[in-house]
Amino acid sequence: MIRNSSVGGLLRRPEAGAFLGLVAVLLFFAVFGGLTFLKPAGMSSWLNVAANLGIIAIPVGLLMIAGELDISVGAMVPFGAMTTAVISGHYGLPIWLGIAVALGFGVLVGLINGYMVIRTAVPSLIVTLGSLFAVQGIVLGLTVLITKSTSVALTVEGPAKAVFGDFILGGQLQTSVGWWLAFTACYIFFVHFSRYGNWIFAMGGDKVSARNAGIPTDRMTILLFVLSSTSASFVGMSQAILYNSAQVAGGQSFIFNAIISVVVGGVLLTGGFGSVVGIFFGTITFAIVNQGIYYTDFDRNWSSLIIGVLLLGAVLMNNTFRKMALSYAPKKGAK
Amino acid sequence: MTAPILSLRNVNKSFGPIDVLHDINIDLRAGEVLCLLGDNGAGKSTVIRLLSGVHKPSSGEILMDGKPVTFASPRDASEHGIATVHQFGGTFPLMSIGRSFFVGVEPTKGWGPFKVYDRKKANAIAVKAVREFGITRIEDGDRLVGGLSGGERQSLAIARAVHFGARVLILDEPTAALGVKQATHVLRIVNEAKRRGLAVIFITHQVMHAMAVGDHFAVLIRGAVAADFKKGEKTREEITDLMAGGASMASLEAEIEGYMASHDGHPPPVAAH
Repeated sequence: MIRNSSVGGLLRRPEAGAFLGLVAVLLFFAVFGGLTFLKPAGMSSWLNVAANLGIIAIPVGLLMIAGELDISVGAMVPFGAMTTAVISGHYGLPIWLGIAVALGFGVLVGLINGYMVIRTAVPSLIVTLGSLFAVQGIVLGLTVLITKSTSVALTVEGPAKAVFGDFILGGQLQTSVGWWLAFTACYIFFVHFSRYGNWIFAMGGDKVSARNAGIPTDRMTILLFVLSSTSASFVGMSQAILYNSAQVAGGQSFIFNAIISVVVGGVLLTGGFGSVVGIFFGTITFAIVNQGIYYTDFDRNWSSLIIGVLLLGAVLMNNTFRKMALSYAPKKGAK
Repeated sequence: MTAPILSLRNVNKSFGPIDVLHDINIDLRAGEVLCLLGDNGAGKSTVIRLLSGVHKPSSGEILMDGKPVTFASPRDASEHGIATVHQFGGTFPLMSIGRSFFVGVEPTKGWGPFKVYDRKKANAIAVKAVREFGITRIEDGDRLVGGLSGGERQSLAIARAVHFGARVLILDEPTAALGVKQATHVLRIVNEAKRRGLAVIFITHQVMHAMAVGDHFAVLIRGAVAADFKKGEKTREEITDLMAGGASMASLEAEIEGYMASHDGHPPPVAAH
């Protein structure tokens, strides 16, 4: 991490663009929508969106830093939700079993994705496009086969509900916000403080050199795919517990939303550059735009336009900051 | 003369039906720079790939300190102390100098699961190692590698290899993409590596660069060692001519082809000096 407290030093960090984007979006909605979205009710609306998206966006962003992409998360969210609902709702088995199997499937799909990416020379976009459709097919096919329905109800009470899918702090904030903050803290340590983060950046910078330098690139790639699909499954599972039901559809929006959050957050699409804090800011920015529109007089239909403009603006800004970071050299003699 | 660190003995390499290298014999000694010369397609890259563990010889052997070795992978070769530095340095443009220097062997501090990357230590060691090679413009280990000049990136890669105990340094056209001043930097670093007792293989198209650092020259033509001579045994004109494919190269080429046609495809033995 570049630790430099000057203004120039801050602008050279990967999250600089994301932070400025967040400020711009906050100002925009403060002007057009008043400060309602910063009051508790308004805040929880976008914090809930940010939390569910952020839990997925960070591992997707880490894969992107490592030079890979995982779009199968779009199918893993309903898969995780449906697995929990079928096991614990339809069959009435203990909820902990449903949770364990849902997360287990996340690990399994991640292993398959990662293994296929390292064994074949097929780009991960194509591999995970395949698993996206395959998993969607499995979810729809199995659910209809088992339950004769595309929507399964589930009733959860007790500790599982309190831990994974309940409303906290006055009844509007989802428990996933807590999970999101905890995961983010773990990822920040893992990526920016432990030595393993360095491996992810090196893999995205130049995979062959990274492997020759002794980094277990194959194991790291598989680990990152497991993280992303398990995280998506986790979000699906906790949503099923929260809403007491699961649908076979839905979840596809997570694909693009996660990528937008990651790119707005300053991660380079081709890998090798980015930060967890940047993705965190990018996710919040996305969530505010997504929800903030309700607090303005604008028609809801315009929010995609704002997101599109935001994305392009963020990418241009991130490019500029990255060039600044590259050309930075301390002045001679200045220490 | 000291014993060679690394030798190729009668090495042949074929890719399917295509014979790329014929009976290559090369010796590398500590503190010596071997310039590998030859036109595109002469087999220089294949020789490097054999030495750096990317390919294995079809026949013949690689000796290290007189003992036969096989390199299972580039990683295996680098564990034997053979470091390859490619044209663009093989470093990571968007990583800091300290971080890219220690990729895979990051220094950490702290205990148990909370070991953290020791940025100060990494930066200090990396900057010191590069500065010892005479690149005094690098003072801040937080700078991104991509912001360094081509020569500085090469120097960083070479300093890194030396720091981690390389004994043989393979430089694949390190000066090809550089300007005059930057190339001089790199040549100075090659000399420094030589002074520290490394064996260096230097691949270049530029005679001036080869003459400036080379102790020993091998010319590859059509996958065979066509000439093998020491510093001072040939004039610059002769070497230029050999490299540029002039009259003496043309005659050598014809000679080798004639010999190979009449000797089952074997190249002529190269006179030992």
